[in-house]
Order: sequence, then C-alpha cells, then structure tokens
Amino acid sequence: MGPVLSVDGLKAYYQTRFFGTLREVRAVDDITLEVRRDEIYGLAGESSSGKSTLIKTIARAIRPPLNVVAGSVRFDFGGQGAHDIYALPAAELAATRWRHLSYIMQGSMNVLNPVRRIRHSFVDFAYRHMALPMPAFLRRVEEHLAHLSLQPAVLDSYPHELSGGMRQRVTIALATVCRPEFIIADEPTTALDVVVQKGVLGMIRRLQREMGSSVLFVTHDMAVHANLTDRLGIMYAGRLVEEAPTRDLFRRPLHPYTAHLIRSLPRIGDDAPRHGLEGKPPSLAAPPPGCRFHPRCPLAMEVCRREVPAMRELAPGHRVACHAAEQGMLP
Amino acid sequence: MRGYAVYLVKRLLQFALVVFVGINVTYLITHATPIDPVEQTITAATSFGTTSPEAIALMRRSLQDLYGTGGGALHQWLAFWGRIVVGDFGPSLSAFPTPVSTLIRRALPWTAGLMLVATVLSWGLGNLLGGLAGYYRRNQLLKFAGIVAMGVHPVPYYIVAFVLLIVFGYVWPVLPITGAYAQGLQPGFTLEFAGSVVRHSLLPAASLVLVGIGGWFMGMRSLVSNVVTEDYTIYAELAGVRRRRILGSYVMRNALAPQVTGLAMTLGAIFNGAIITEQVFGYPGLGSLLVAAVHAGDYSLVIGVTTVSILAVSFAVLLVDLLYPLLDPRVQAR
Amino acid sequence: MWKILRDLLRYNWEFTTGVVLLGIVAVIALLSFVSPYPPLDVYVVAPDMPPSMEHWLGTTSRGQDVFWQLSAAIRNTLAFGIVVAVLSRVIALTVGLFAGYAGGPVDRLLMSVNDTFIVVPIFPILVLFYFVMRDQMSWALLALVAACLGWAYDARLIRSVALSLKTREFTAQSAFCGMGAREIVTREHMPYVMPVVFTTTMNNMNWSIGLEVTLSVLGFTDVNTPTIGGMIYWANQHAALVSGIWWWIAAPVALVVIVFIALFLLAVSMNEYIDPRSRLARMGGG
Repeated sequence: MGPVLSVDGLKAYYQTRFFGTLREVRAVDDITLEVRRDEIYGLAGESSSGKSTLIKTIARAIRPPLNVVAGSVRFDFGGQGAHDIYALPAAELAATRWRHLSYIMQGSMNVLNPVRRIRHSFVDFAYRHMALPMPAFLRRVEEHLAHLSLQPAVLDSYPHELSGGMRQRVTIALATVCRPEFIIADEPTTALDVVVQKGVLGMIRRLQREMGSSVLFVTHDMAVHANLTDRLGIMYAGRLVEEAPTRDLFRRPLHPYTAHLIRSLPRIGDDAPRHGLEGKPPSLAAPPPGCRFHPRCPLAMEVCRREVPAMRELAPGHRVACHAAEQGMLP
Repeated sequence: MRGYAVYLVKRLLQFALVVFVGINVTYLITHATPIDPVEQTITAATSFGTTSPEAIALMRRSLQDLYGTGGGALHQWLAFWGRIVVGDFGPSLSAFPTPVSTLIRRALPWTAGLMLVATVLSWGLGNLLGGLAGYYRRNQLLKFAGIVAMGVHPVPYYIVAFVLLIVFGYVWPVLPITGAYAQGLQPGFTLEFAGSVVRHSLLPAASLVLVGIGGWFMGMRSLVSNVVTEDYTIYAELAGVRRRRILGSYVMRNALAPQVTGLAMTLGAIFNGAIITEQVFGYPGLGSLLVAAVHAGDYSLVIGVTTVSILAVSFAVLLVDLLYPLLDPRVQAR
Repeated sequence: MWKILRDLLRYNWEFTTGVVLLGIVAVIALLSFVSPYPPLDVYVVAPDMPPSMEHWLGTTSRGQDVFWQLSAAIRNTLAFGIVVAVLSRVIALTVGLFAGYAGGPVDRLLMSVNDTFIVVPIFPILVLFYFVMRDQMSWALLALVAACLGWAYDARLIRSVALSLKTREFTAQSAFCGMGAREIVTREHMPYVMPVVFTTTMNNMNWSIGLEVTLSVLGFTDVNTPTIGGMIYWANQHAALVSGIWWWIAAPVALVVIVFIALFLLAVSMNEYIDPRSRLARMGGG
C-alpha cells in the first residue's frame, strides 16, 4: 500500500498588506515528503524553521494571512486511493477529522475548553464517529482512559483542576480514542519536566504500536527524536534539508546543519566543548539567495550562494539537499 | 462548593461596602451646605397652607434625623443611619403627609420593570448579534447592524429618548408617550391592563435598548474575535466539531463571562439612563419622582430616592455577580 | 506617539472622520470669541425668526441668534468636558498605575474602592448635590464632583495595562540593566499606556458632556450660562417644538450628536489600533 501522507511541492506563505506595504513570509517553501503506514516520522528544526506552520498546513488548519500558494497534501487512510485534503468538500473533511486524522497540540495549557467538563470535549470530538449510544460511548472512553492510567473521575473535572502532565495525557487520550490512522503531534512534550516527558513518550509509542497508526512528530529536541522516531526529517528556514531513517541520520549525517544539531547533544563521558553556529536563522521574509544555510555553513561554496540545492537520494532512503554532500564532502 | 462559598462571601462584603460608602457619600453631601436646611424646608412646608402643628413637629423631627442636625456629630450620623436602616424617610413635603417610603414603593416597580426588560433585551440581543458578527466576519447584514448599533451608542440617553418622542409623538403618533398605562384604567391582572402597560413601556424601553445595544455588540464582537484564536477553539475546529457547537459551547460560553462582569459594571449607567428616559416619557418611576422632588424642594423625598437607588443598583450588581460562576467555573479556584 | 497618529490619519477612515468632525466643532466653538452678541444677553434680536441670511440658524424665543448662542454653548460644553477629562485622568492614572504596579493588598484595596465607585449610580448623587448646593453650584464645582465620581472605569483599564506591562520580559530586563523604576515607567511603559489614556479620555469626554447635557436639560445646573443642555432646556421651557421653532432645538442636538460621534470614532479607532488582532484583521488576515 502507498504512503498515508504525501506532501508534494508544498508552499505556504503569510501574505499581508500593512499600511500600504506588501509583505510575504515564506514559512513553508517547496516541501516534498512522505509518511508511510505504521511509522513514526519525526520533524526537527529550530524555532523559526517553519515546522509548526508545515504541520498546520498539512492538517488544513490555516487561515489567512497564511495561504497555500502551491503544491498538494494527499492522504490515503484506508489504502483505497489518495485524496488532496484541500480538495475535500466540507462534509467529508468533517468526517475525516478525528476519525482518521487527529492532532495533539503544543501547550497542554489551553487546548481544552476551560468552561466545560472534560467529558464534553470527548463527546464533542468523538461521539459522532463511534456510532454508539451515549452510555456505551462513555464506557468506551473510560476504558480508553484506564488503559492510559487515567481515572474515570477525570471526565467530571474541569481542565484547570488537572495538572499539566495529566492534561497532556488527557489530550493524548482524546486524540487516540477513535483510533485514527494518522496523528500529528506538535511539540507534545515541550514544557513538561523530563519525568512526565518519559511517561508521555512511552504512552505515544505504545499507542502507535497497538493501533498501527502513523505519527508525524514535531519537536526541536533531537534526543526525543533519537528515542522515538523511525524516520527523521530536518527543516531549516522553511525547507527540508535532510531526511533518513533515524539511526542512519544520527550515525552519518550528510548535511552540515544536521551534523551540528546532532553534535550539540550532550553525551555522557564526552566532555569536548560544544560550539554554537555563527549567525542566526534567516528572515523568512527576505531569505538569502541559493541555499538558505550558506551564510552559516562551514562547507559553503560558490555554487551554494547561487543555486538552491535540490533534494537528492544519496544513499538508500537517505535524501539531502546540499551541494557539498553531492560532491562527497562530509560535514 | 467551598470555592463558591468563599466567592459568595467576598461579593457580599463588596455589596456591603458599596452600600456603606454610597450612603455615607449621600450623608456627606447633605452636610455640604452651611445654611440650616431644616428651617428652610419647614418654612417652605408651612407656606403651602394649613398644616397641623403635630404634622410640622413630625416633619421637623424626621428632617433633623435625615439632615443630621441637632446633637453631636456622631449622634447625627447614627440618627441618619437609624432612619435609613428601617427605611423611614419621614413624610414627603410635596405629597404631605404621605410618607416618602410609600411614594418610593409605588414608583420602584415601574423603574425595576423597565430596567429589567431593557437590560435583558439590550444585553441579550447585543451579545448575540455581536458574537455572530465576531464569528462570521464577512456577513454584510451583521456588519450593517453593527454600524447602526454603534452609531446610536455614543448618543446620550436623553437625546435618543427625545428623538423617539418627536418621531412617535408628533411625526407619526402611533405610540403613547406618557404614563405607564392608559389613564382611567384600573390596575389589576387583566389582559387589558397588561396590554396597556406593554404599549406604554415600548418607547421608554426602546430608547434604553437602542443606546445600550451598541456597547454590548462591540464588546462581544471583540471578545469573540479573540476567543476564536484561542487554542481550545482552534483545537475543536481541528477535530471537526460542528460549527454551531463551536459557536455555542466554545466561543460564546467563553466570551460571555467577561460580559457578565461588564453588565455588573454598567448597571449604574443603565440606571442613570432609565431615570432620564422616565423623565422624557413621563413614566412614573424613580426618575420622574426624583426630578419632581427636586423641583418641589422636597428634601426627604430626594434623599429617599437617592438612598434607594444606591441600594437597588448595588443589589442588582450583587445578583449579577452571583451569576458569574455559573458561566466561568474557574472563579471558584481563585 | 505622533507617528501612530499620523499613520492613523492616513489609513484609518474612522480616525480621520473623527478628527475632521471634531475640527469643525472646534472652529464653531472658537468663533464664539468673535461673537457680535454677548452670549448672556437676551432679547437682542427679533425672536422666533427662521434661518435666513442674516441669522444663519434662526433666532430663539428669547431673542438670541441661534448660531452665536450655539457657538458659545458648544464652547462651554466642550470646556466642561475637557476639564472633567483632565481632572479624572489625573485620578485614574494615579490609582490605576499605582494599583497595577504595587499589586498585592494595595491593589486589592484600591480595586475595592474602585469597584464601589463603578457600581454606585452617579446621577442621583449629582442630583442630590445640586439640590443641596442650589445657587452655590458653579461649573467648576460640578466639574470637580463629576471628575471625582467618573474616574473608576478608566482606572481599571489603566491598571490592567500596568499589570501586563509589569510582568513583561522587557520590564525585568530593564530593571536588571539598572534602570530606575521611574525611568522604566516613563521611557518603556508610557508608549503602551498613552493609547489607552487617549481612548479613555475620548470616552470620558462623551460621558461628561452627556452628563452636562442631561443635568442642564432638567434645569439642574446654572442655565443662564449658555451650554448645549442649557439651550435645550430653554427651548423646552418655551415649548419650542410645539410652537414650530424647531431650529432652536435641532441645532444644539445635531451639533452635540456630531461631537459624540466624533469622540466615539476617535476612541474606537485608537482602541482598534492598540489591539494587535484587529490590526491584523485590517492587514488582510481573517
């Protein structure tokens, strides 16, 4: 069967007109990637790399001034053919949401309706998909919660009555209760302490294995990626610069930026000094010509200043967009 | 439950504080003039014609208590409060010897009724339309309704009432412009009486609603456009929750809570508006009573109406405050 | 601040309209200084004349030229509004900033007092005040009392701005860099506070002018000084509408409505400017 998600040449820009000046921020600039069945695909990159915008665009959760300018996002949930999510009529889109495509948002602080009990969120999100009478539905929810070590009393609480970690676990329970084929997780463990983080990651991994779903997991934390993901894509300044199975990527990174990210991870017993990259990420409103990384790249060449490097498969399952890597130079 | 009890106590204390400060301000004002007000009023009273010496003595005593003259400062203040607490303002000068409290008791239901209807309509409609306008930003009809509402909103109550009076009283006289019910009609629980009351309240209520609705509209629209960008709304949209459900349960419910607080804060202003509107339409509520009292130099009545106004508005605010936790459960945790 | 005003003038039609309307009113008010008739005099011209070339807005039943009366009236009314606004700014800023920055029990105490003034119905108290003072009531006194009663709502708004500024990152950074408290407040925070002060000033002027009009119409002020409310009062006393002398009432009503709408537009457009979400909406989002 084909991949669950195919993103093809996707471009999404913020387009604003402020007091007479037109401004375009190229948050997502020509991204092509695939997420296969039953895999956890990680998306890494620093704060302004555009990864959050990318997944919002994939989930069709964007509003003007952010607009899709080119490309397509195709989902194939049941293996019966892919559909462009931007071409779906409203009714079908609503039927897809949560049943086939769910979302775990960043910041568990605020994603649940603060003035209703948790039970109402489950009813609002999942009831219409389950085709069960209400008492049976609630029992199913309670079973699901118990499976995730959450008390049924949680359903009667208000969000502000739960701790941050519990809220995040409730959100995960909410996102998985319909057993969707595709789950997007946007920094679900940021702002949680490491102990809670471990529990949450374990929960996600266990659920994924049980349901056989695919997960698109976004975080800047490389250690989490190393621990959890099957394949990993690296984003920089709105572009995808490298993609490979996680182990291969960590053992042999081909892009200088990826190498830097990995080298900056602390390792027990290794006390070599860590160096930061010079400069800062480029402005997405006026990005540098050619390869966007070239101002900070130790391997930068003349061609890097002129030509945007294309994404090429330089090893089995291992794609890179780098002129230096094509010429065999190792970072 | 305990959280609510704490909240309740806090609100009751605030209510007590407002009443205490407000009535003391009233007391201070009555002491602002150096002229002896008691004798002045007695002279005015007796100049009207024959009044029995007992009646004059009764009036003098009540005025002394209310003005707080006679006796030391503390004694004056206590005498004043003694009267207020039992609601005994003495006899009215302009309607001698009817007690002030009787006059107020007759007028209060009309003001209360008018305010209740006008507030519910303007708050309810204003929030509903404003909420819809904030959610459906491109709807032309809602935009137009907004401009009309906001155009009338800054105009003071008096002028709107006056314009309505001219339009429906002179230009197109289809509605009654004075009184609470048709003259000669017997008050009672009859359909005819009820109908007359409704007809007579249309213009005063309309004038209050027209001015008030714009403020709620604008507030709700801006609140809703903020709530719409909150994480929980976006999350519900990501989950494909039905639009109507998002509008009701996520957007409106959250945006309405500050509007309840806003209602509590503007009840005083609505009351001011009601007073003026009553005056324009000759509606026999506290407003008309107050203005008539001032023109007649009826001191006890003026103090009485002022005090009752403070009490009534503070009490209404308390009621609204107590409603708030129903909409926002977080307040119990504070 | 000036840059904001310039941008608003150029791109925000509500702001521009408000400024233009207010400008017209101000011109009319300033004309009162060259009025050919002393404003307090009565029976100086033929009464009850409709608008004509000689008397642009007609004359009143008291023998005054409506236009020149109106000019003096709007000047006095505006002056009243400005004085009340300035005085209550002082109180509102003091209470609001102090409560917001101090926090804790001071804040709670000030807010209790503040809420008291918000809830208490001001109109009956003002009426009582007039009743007690009668002939000793002057415009200055009324302005003072109105200012002392009408600061509460705005103080709350200013306090919430101060609260949010206090906890912002750049405040902590400035303090860490060694900037004194006074310097932080005046240099870093004022640009955020000023637009709120502007908006609340416009709203407050609307409120105080409305108060003046209402009190004067009921005869509860010094109705011999020409003010908008005073004009309406006298027109009512002479049953102007019934007599068909509609211009006597229409002129002050129309002009004061223009003032209200102008101030309102200014307040709303500044408010919209402050709120980044509505700015975004104007820019093409949503």
